[in-house]
Amino acid sequence: MYKLLSQMNIYPKMTDISEILIASDISKSFPNGNGGLSVLEDVSFSLDSQEFLCIVGPSGCGKTTLLKILAGLMIPSEGDVIFEGERVIRPRRRIGFVFQEANLMPWRTVEDNISLPLELQGQNGSEVHTKTTDLIELVGLSSFEKTYPRDLSGGMAQRVAIARALIHDPDLLLLDEPFGALDALTRERMATELMRIWGAQKVTVVMVTHSISEAILLADRILVLSPRPGKVTLDLPISLTRPRDLSMAHTKEFGKLASRIRAAIANEE
Amino acid sequence: MSTARKNLSSFAATLFGSRSRVIYLISVPFTLFAIFLLWEGITRYTAVPEFILPSPGSVWNRFISSIEDGSLPKHTITTFTEVLGGLVLGIFVAANLGYVLAKSETAERVLAPYIVASQSIPVVAIAPLLIIWFGSGQISKILISALIVFFPVLVNTIVAVRSVPEDLRDLMRSLRATSIQIFTKLELPAAMPVLLGGLKIGATLSVIGAVVGEFVAADEGLGFLINLSRGMYDTAMVFVTVFTLVAMALSLYTIVALVELKVLAWRKDPSES
Repeated sequence: MYKLLSQMNIYPKMTDISEILIASDISKSFPNGNGGLSVLEDVSFSLDSQEFLCIVGPSGCGKTTLLKILAGLMIPSEGDVIFEGERVIRPRRRIGFVFQEANLMPWRTVEDNISLPLELQGQNGSEVHTKTTDLIELVGLSSFEKTYPRDLSGGMAQRVAIARALIHDPDLLLLDEPFGALDALTRERMATELMRIWGAQKVTVVMVTHSISEAILLADRILVLSPRPGKVTLDLPISLTRPRDLSMAHTKEFGKLASRIRAAIANEE
Repeated sequence: MSTARKNLSSFAATLFGSRSRVIYLISVPFTLFAIFLLWEGITRYTAVPEFILPSPGSVWNRFISSIEDGSLPKHTITTFTEVLGGLVLGIFVAANLGYVLAKSETAERVLAPYIVASQSIPVVAIAPLLIIWFGSGQISKILISALIVFFPVLVNTIVAVRSVPEDLRDLMRSLRATSIQIFTKLELPAAMPVLLGGLKIGATLSVIGAVVGEFVAADEGLGFLINLSRGMYDTAMVFVTVFTLVAMALSLYTIVALVELKVLAWRKDPSES
């Protein structure tokens, strides 16, 4: 039923205005010795504008692959990704990507790393500077403009990466386990920060994570993927009231959601 | 008491830089002075004749006289142009070929055996060939020098381009960077540390290449000057020439090191400065 609905929505004309991204029947397999390794199988979902979607699943279930396909960095073996009414076959400027590691250029200062996307588009001058300064403030790194990445902590580096992904005002922000390399305390703080940034920027977010509580805290909706080949086993809306904070992790409602997700993951294993 | 000591040591650090640099700054002139003292002692208190080991003083005198009669500057300029030519040519060809080899597996598979095999031939052995083909002028020396510079720069370029992180390439692709932008804004700066490392080795090797060429056949240059002075038992002049070559290689090395300091400022550890 779900599949049918999303297939009907492939064509731009029929696309609901609020739907920014439609993934229909995405499959991906990589060639290997015996017939190919299937990583994703028939993954379909659609995404409303300004929605915050989290994708959770066991490691190796193809979460990163799915995100790279959404970003146009990888071509699916089967299926289509429609972003703002157009098929994604290569990277798009309206999509920002945040990698697992901060992935900064060590020879560039914080501000030069953040302004890189605009620089590549041939923009420079005072407008770029203003935008960069604003974003540095947004991610809470004021006074670190001239710092090189080697002098940043993991959390600070990841803030720079988020600012860089936001600088060209993307409509869609893709985050690939952005806090995976951080310690637990920094991680919690960064999740709260991300919520604040998302609120300020009005951007649609797809975030891959393996932390269930992080997903519940942040998302409007959670997709659970099964182990390889990844399939959507649960599509769960999170209706917890916003603004949310970490203290909610101890509420009954939160616990119920968490156990549903945990069960969906466990059933498949 | 302990704060006073801390203050004192931080004062010393601001004056001389870090501790290791203090040791360096003191030890180099000291060991150099000790060597000259030993040298002077040998020539003064033993019966070693002047044409085997001239005293530091007579080497200095020979240095002054060779500048005054214009022979040392003339031969130095000859060798220096050969070295520069060899360096520029060697780096240019090696860096370009290295880039192609790093990017294309097929090119590497086809060419690698020849490149590695060519390195097993000592440059001294093919120097006569190059002189037969290109004459005994400066061109053959530039080629020999370029040949000796070629390999380390090539290997370093390949390593450098291959070491560009795949995630940064993905980032550039996700930002729709053109291939020129990927080269200038990612590959070049990312490769710079390893590239400059190759350049440092190349800078000193280029001097060796030019002198090897001049040893085989030449009528000017520092290699020729060494041969000439040796033939006339002018050992002091041989020393002067050797020191000139050392100075040339050192200054080329220093230039690359200074460029490195400037270009790779981002790598500098703030606690070391």
